[in-house]
Parts: sequence; C-alpha cells; structure tokens
Amino acid sequence: MSANSTSIESAAGKRSSPLRLSGMLDKMGIFVVVIFICVLFAVLDENFLTWSNMMNMTRQTAINAILAAGMTFVILTGGIDLSVGAIVALSGVTGVYFTQYLPAPAAILIGIAVGGVAGYINGFLTAKSRLPAIIVTLGSMTYLRGIAYVVTGGYPLILTNSTFKNLGQGYLGPVPIPIIIMILVYAVFFVVLKYTVFGRNVYMIGGNPEAAHLTGIKVVPRMTGVYTISGICAGIAGIILAGRLLSGQPNVGSGYELDAIAAVVLGGTSLSGGVGTIFGSLFGALFMGVLSNGLTLLSVPYYWQLIIKGIVIVMAIYVDRLRQKNART
Amino acid sequence: MESAPVLQLNGITKSFPGVKSLDNVHFELRKGEVHALVGENGAGKSTLMKIIGGVYKPDEGEIVYRGQIVQWQSPQQARNSGISVIHQELKLAANLSIAENVLMGTDLPRSRFGFIRWDEINSRAKELLESIGSDLDPKRKVSTLSVAQQQIVEIARALSIRADVIIMDEPSATLTGKEIERLFALIRMLKARGVAIVYISHRMEEIFEISDRCTVLRDGQWIATKATKDTDAQELVRLMVGRDVSHIFNTVKTSYARTSETPLLETVGLSDGKRFADASLTLYPGEIVGISGLVGSGRSEFLLNLFGVTRAAAGEIRLAGKPVTLRSPRDAIRHGIALVPESRKEQALFLQLGVGENISVLKLGEAGRAGFIRRSAKEKLERDYREKLGIKTASLNTRIVNLSGGNQQKAIIARWLTIAPRVLLLDEPTRGVDVGAKEEIYSIIREMAASGLGIIVVSSDLPEILSIADRVYVMRQGRFVAELRDSAINQETIMLHATGGQVS
Repeated sequence: MSANSTSIESAAGKRSSPLRLSGMLDKMGIFVVVIFICVLFAVLDENFLTWSNMMNMTRQTAINAILAAGMTFVILTGGIDLSVGAIVALSGVTGVYFTQYLPAPAAILIGIAVGGVAGYINGFLTAKSRLPAIIVTLGSMTYLRGIAYVVTGGYPLILTNSTFKNLGQGYLGPVPIPIIIMILVYAVFFVVLKYTVFGRNVYMIGGNPEAAHLTGIKVVPRMTGVYTISGICAGIAGIILAGRLLSGQPNVGSGYELDAIAAVVLGGTSLSGGVGTIFGSLFGALFMGVLSNGLTLLSVPYYWQLIIKGIVIVMAIYVDRLRQKNART
Repeated sequence: MESAPVLQLNGITKSFPGVKSLDNVHFELRKGEVHALVGENGAGKSTLMKIIGGVYKPDEGEIVYRGQIVQWQSPQQARNSGISVIHQELKLAANLSIAENVLMGTDLPRSRFGFIRWDEINSRAKELLESIGSDLDPKRKVSTLSVAQQQIVEIARALSIRADVIIMDEPSATLTGKEIERLFALIRMLKARGVAIVYISHRMEEIFEISDRCTVLRDGQWIATKATKDTDAQELVRLMVGRDVSHIFNTVKTSYARTSETPLLETVGLSDGKRFADASLTLYPGEIVGISGLVGSGRSEFLLNLFGVTRAAAGEIRLAGKPVTLRSPRDAIRHGIALVPESRKEQALFLQLGVGENISVLKLGEAGRAGFIRRSAKEKLERDYREKLGIKTASLNTRIVNLSGGNQQKAIIARWLTIAPRVLLLDEPTRGVDVGAKEEIYSIIREMAASGLGIIVVSSDLPEILSIADRVYVMRQGRFVAELRDSAINQETIMLHATGGQVS
C-alpha cells in the first residue's frame, strides 16, 4: 500500500517540476519585464534614469496603481469593477465640495467614504442578487458619473485648501506624497491578503465559489467587502487626482477602470479568479507607467502610444490564457 | 422470424487513461427490434453508446453497419448515415421553432436566391410530426414544450434524417407515467417501420414491457445477451452485479450495537420539493448508514438538503431529538453537520491553494485577533491532521491540485474533522481513489464511527456499501424504497430495490 502511494507521489512530483519553473516565471514575469524596459529606455534616453523623471513617472503611476490594488481584490474573487473611473470623479468633486463647509481632513474622508459606499452597493448587488459584476458596475459607472455632474452642475469646483492640494502635489522629503500613499496601500493590502481570514477567503471564493459556500465561508459579506475596498481605493485616487488638478472635475477618470484592469492582469492575476498577487498589480501598473513615460521621452506621438498600449494589453490577456491552460494540466 | 442485423459491434475495446472502459464487447442490433442495454453505473453503457454514435473511436474491434465495416470520423458522419442518438439531456435549440429543430440536420429548403423557404420547412416538419401521430404546431418555440413533447421533436428529428438506428439514453427518466405510455406507443410505431432501437434504462418494468432482447454489461465487459421473454428481473440483476467475490473488500465490520435510544439525526417525511420526497431516515451515534441507489435517484440531493444547501419543502430534520431548520451550509456546520461532497474538484477543493490551507479553512478565524490568522496555531493544526489521516504530500504548502485523488479526499475529510462534527455526510467518498487509499479511507470512516460520530455514506459502489454500512437505505426515484440490515444487505437485494425489479 505505502509503495503504491509513494509512486503516485513521485509521479506528481515529477509532473510539477517543469510547472514550478513556469510558476516562478509567473511570479517574476512582470517584474523582469519592468526591469527590462527600464534598462531599454535608460539606454535609449539619458533623461530616463534621473531622480526627477523617476519620481515624476511613479507619481503619475500612483493613481493607476492604487486603483489596481483595489481591483486586484475584485478580480481575485472572479469579479470586475468598471465603476472605479466614475468613483474617481465623484469622490474628487465630493471632497472638494465639502472643503467649502468643513475642515479639509473631514472633507477628504467624506470623499473617500463616498467611494466606499458606492463600492458597497456594487458588492451587495453582485453578491446578493447574483447579477453579473460587469453589468452591475457598468450601470454604476454611468449613474455615479451622472451624480458627479449633478454635484457640480457640470463645472469644475476649484480647490483652495492647501492640505488637500498637498495630497496631489506635495512632497514628504524628496518623495511625492501620492507615492507614499501608494506604498502604504500596497503594504496594508499585502498583509490583508496574506495574513487575514478575509484575505484568504478572497482567494477561496475566487478559486472555487461553490466549495467556499459549502465550507460555510460568508460569501456575501466577503464579496461586499471586496467591492467596498475597490471603491475606497478609487476614492483615495479621486482625492489625489483632485489635489493634483487643483479642482474637482466631474469628467475626469474615464477609462481609468480599464487601465487598472490591465495592470492587474499584466501583474499575473487570473481574470477567472483565485490566482494572483498584490505586488504583481503594482508592477503591472509600473509597467504601464514606464511604457508611457519612456515613449513620451522618445517623443513617440500620443496616438502611437495608444496603439502600443492596446497591443500590450491584448498580449497580456493572451498570456493570461496560456497560463490558465498551464495551470489546468 | 429473425431479421438481419443492421448494426454489429465486434470485440470493441476502449480505454481511457487509467481505465479500460470497454473490453472486447459484442453487440448486435436487428432491424425492427428494441434492444435494452443494461448495467450498473459505470458499466460502460454510455461509452458504448458514444462509440456507436461516433463520439469516440474504439481502440480495437469493428463496427459493421448495414453489412459494411465503418469507421466514424465524427458524430455528424454517424448521424448522416442514419444513426441518431437521443440524449438524456435533450439537445434542442430552445429559442428556435419546432420545425427548425426537426430539420436542423438536413439541407434546409431554399429559394432560387438562396433564401430560406419557411412554408416548405414548416410543412415538411408537420408531415414528419403527423407521421408519428403528433399534432404539435411546427411554428411553436421549443422552449414552450414539456420534456415529453421535446422528446417527440427529437424523434421527429431522427426521422428527418431517415434514421435506421435510434439510441435512447434513459428516455423515461424525466417522464410521467402517462407520457411513458405515449413514448412506448411511439417506439412500437418506429419498430413496425423497421427502425432499430437501443433502449438504455435502469427500470426493470420498462425493460420487460418494451424490449425484445437485452444485453448486460458489467465493468466494461459483455456479460450476456438474452431474449427478454426468456429472462426475469432477478436474473438480470444477478448478471449486472455478479462480481468476482475477490473484488469485494475484506469486511472487518464490527457488529454495531446501538448505544442510545435517541437518534443522533432523524428526518421525518423530508422533501426538497423537487428531487426527493417523503424521506424518513434515522442515524444513531456511532452508526454508519449507507444510502444506495442509481445515479440520479435523489441521493445527493438528500444529503445537500441535510447540509442546508437546499431548503426543506416539507418534513422535518431532528438533531438529537430536536427539530432544526437549516438555511445554509453555515447553519448546518454550526449544528455539527459536515459534508464531503460528491465532486471533489468542483465542490470541495481550493485547487490553487496549499494542502495545509485546504485543511485548516474552517478554523482560519479561530484563536486569531481582529481577523488575523495565528500562524503557529494554524500550522500546528495542519501538521496534526496531516499526520492523523496519513496525508502524503511533499509539504503543506504544496498545491493540493498536485496530490493524488486519495490524498485529496483525505485532506477534505481532515478539513471536517477539525471542527469535531457530530454528523458526517459522505457522498461517493472513494470516487477516483486508488485501491490502497480506499482501504485507508474506510478505516478512517470506521474509526470516526467508533468515536461516536453518526455517518451517512452515499455510494454507487455496491461493494463499498457492503463493506462499511451497518444499515442501508435504498433510494429509487426520489424515495426510500427499502431499509436493509444484516444479511439483507447484499448486492442482489440492493439492486432489485434500486431498479424496481421486484415490482415486475
């Protein structure tokens, strides 16, 4: 009997060894690619590797990276959140609006909380009524944008508070504040995903929703939590953006949801859920940031940048599918 | 008056990785006969059907159709040659009309400009339907039809390609008594026209009513072909189950003695309103109760109901004498009920996660603060249970997808033992598990029962039921039809009840 089982064991071991290598590449993949294109741009343009360009580039990436962090939770459960771009706008205008009446920290918190509430509603509808996430968030993407226009009457709201501005434009020592916020978000989420029951449940729900249900995991509250996190991230991103633009604008952020999804997928998270890491998303976002920064330095016209970015995203999805095929065999 | 065979299968062998599904099987089908194909779950009936229908290619052996050796390249080729398969799950396009479905496989009539001629389609379909005595309106949408009516559409469709052979896979499974009668009338009509019919069914009364001959398969092998009028249900069942005694596990069954007068779990007239009804069962502490029955008889649905996945439509579940309402698996778990579900991969495993995490999932929140996992406690728990159940894995971080079926199953059982359940429900606990691990799982089950757990085992594997169950309930068409104990627990008796053989 034991001989029998050990032979099965070793067979399984043998089978997994080539997979382990590709598994390593999965985890390292985007990191390696980011380093590679950094080296490439550094060689092609001497301005690329300067401190100011690095900081500038990372600051521009921060918003997408923060959105991608929240999106990672959603995609890990097998869902999708199309409303984050609209939440960026709504949180920004709400935050700026309330600076007229309240101290800045309170206004900022309200702006972020609005994002959380919008996310909560997304999650509740998705989990409880079992509507497809893509439909629920397609709807909220539209009505949240509408609310943002209603709040401002369609015009930008000018931001005068300096604390608020600092979130978008300020520095802590030599490092821009958006980068610090981004690092904090990722540090917290890394711990949440790895060391909390909530985080592990996210992987379980995404990996096998039926098994999760049959092991008594509280699927509905977990899903609601996940979309709330995504909403809060979008809220934070909205506040940063408003601080940078010195105004709350109802028309900003459109298309951001797609950049965030692309960053998550580039980072190795599977669109069907259950597989992925938070730092993968960070590097996915950095990849997109480096790409557009480098192309701009090389004076590639914006139109061409779009074409290149699009092709890269399609390639990422293709790689994602190959990886899933790999995981199944 | 013997008519010539229209289809002959000689020495058909078909293997899948790890299993020989068919081994040197012979089968002969004559013009105008109804030939029943019988056998236990997994005997090879559906594989044989798929070989006839061109879905699989045989590894060895030949198919002789209308006197010629054929090699189907695809199901379409078999179909175009006049072999029509009517699956248990009907395969109609629900949003199209009856006429479109009936003529789907044929060249649709077209006008000179290449446009579809609807009047022609509808009138042709109407003709076909009328020829089998149906007055269904060909313009009606298929989605508005009952299952029985859809079956008529399937049959009309088979006739549209002038089928010589029609294979019906458990056609009566979802029909009512009246509808079955109508189906039989239709089969007799087809027979009179010379169509040969392969009739796959588990129901003895139907086999004896409609078939001319029957062929018994067991473990992928041809066992016998008999003229139906020369045999009876007892003999067929014996042929179906008559395994070599050596295949049956050494039964170290200790005689079970009730230690309590109150059942640990009791269901009274339980029904889920769909798949099973009026189910009454008792389970005492330390007892292993088996539930036997054919696939689809409602066994798994009964377990899912006990686990709170579906709501009870009628009846009551009592735990230690007290009625309980189970609204969700969480409720059931809170009451100390555990379920090892039928399909490991789909319903239990988190394939991409480690073996350890798959074991400790139910205890993740325990002993930690503010939602954080206490790793030391978690890892100790995982090591303990890995050792306790003898789970063979390189490490607890190894993804569980890389383990053998037996070790995966042990991990799932370990998962439930971490919460010290009172009642353990096992659905096909050793499906896809190798022989050695099977024995180990049996001894784990026995040990758990000895420690006072009540255990219910649903299994299609009769030797499994024989070797571990203290008492056996047999389910047929959603009802418990027998409760067997001691010497009454044997393969023949169980199969007779499961197939309804005693009724005939």
